[in-house]
Amino acid sequence: MSQTEYGYNSKIEGDVVLTTVDAALAWFRKNSVWPMPMGLACCAIELMAVGASRFDISRFGSEVMRFSPRQADCMIVAGTVTYKSAGFLKRIYDQMPEPKWVIAMGACASTGGMYRSYAVLQGVDNIVPVDVYIGGCPPRPEAVLDALIKIQGKIGKQPILQGTVAAKMLNLQEK
Amino acid sequence: MSALESANKIKAKFGALISEPTEFRGEITLTVADAEKIADVCTYAKSIGYNYLIDISSVDNYGEDPRWTVVYHLRAIDNGDEICLKTDVSEEKSELPTVLPVWRTANWHEREIYDMMGIRFSGHPDLRRILMWEGYPYFPLRKDFPLAGKPTDLPGVAFTKVTPMEGGPFVTLPTSSDSIAREPRVRTPEGAEPGISDKRLVDGKLK
Repeated sequence: MSQTEYGYNSKIEGDVVLTTVDAALAWFRKNSVWPMPMGLACCAIELMAVGASRFDISRFGSEVMRFSPRQADCMIVAGTVTYKSAGFLKRIYDQMPEPKWVIAMGACASTGGMYRSYAVLQGVDNIVPVDVYIGGCPPRPEAVLDALIKIQGKIGKQPILQGTVAAKMLNLQEK
Repeated sequence: MSALESANKIKAKFGALISEPTEFRGEITLTVADAEKIADVCTYAKSIGYNYLIDISSVDNYGEDPRWTVVYHLRAIDNGDEICLKTDVSEEKSELPTVLPVWRTANWHEREIYDMMGIRFSGHPDLRRILMWEGYPYFPLRKDFPLAGKPTDLPGVAFTKVTPMEGGPFVTLPTSSDSIAREPRVRTPEGAEPGISDKRLVDGKLK
């Protein structure tokens, strides 16, 4: 009751949320992950389903699929990575601005999957750092959304301002 | 004109160069004795209606001489006849004439054979690798090339490592019993104690 009165009597309209700048920035960031759909094989079809209306990745703020690495946060490696494509996958990853995350979607991207052959890279973590692995061949769209939620949990915990020039200006304490 | 009739026509034209036509499951095959003449035979085959080159493939008869067999599948689109031409190439030579002037589609077929098997096609205007990258030193479809591959490194372009097989290679069993039994799996070697996942497989047969 007293809170309601405080809200009504306050000069600020609406609810008041108290938080740290760091937590707020992490919250903004984790709810707006822009994926780079690295579609290499059949997993990419499931990734399209994740983006379409039935599964609707925009519920989690990631509907802005960027086909330019310059504008993406999170590379979703969807499919079999051959040694021939490993080179340009690495180059695309290098072109993404920091901070960036990688989801290895499906058995092939995670471990090479059933392709134990001379032509297939045995897991994309040989060339780029992977944050979340999704099992399945291909994984269900729900599993991709689950991985996205896990990435969001990780992003939400990562400090953003600590140690930066902005942190010193805001006089934040180093932990 | 049936496929057998046109096969006999090709045989009549080239004589001893061409074997007697053999038939297997409705497919007529002619063997060309001299690989150097394959382009001439193909030119004639096209002139009697075989206007479509379905595929060129190659066989590695590892340990035998001649080592390579190159197989041409031709089709006459007008009446649906198909005919198969085979020719042997020795390992020392590993070269035969291109059929690109006859069917332009042969361009990529021949590049694939060069890439995977290392057989060259003389007269081909652009004999580069098509699946692997330029600079890859091996021909991976040869029988003496391990399935797991060999390590290579072409800095800035591509690399390969040896694939861990972990008890592989993965073997399928020709059976219709159930889809789990048909899956490619690591099979327990003969005589070894079967693991839990291989309980149904004893001495190479499903029990």
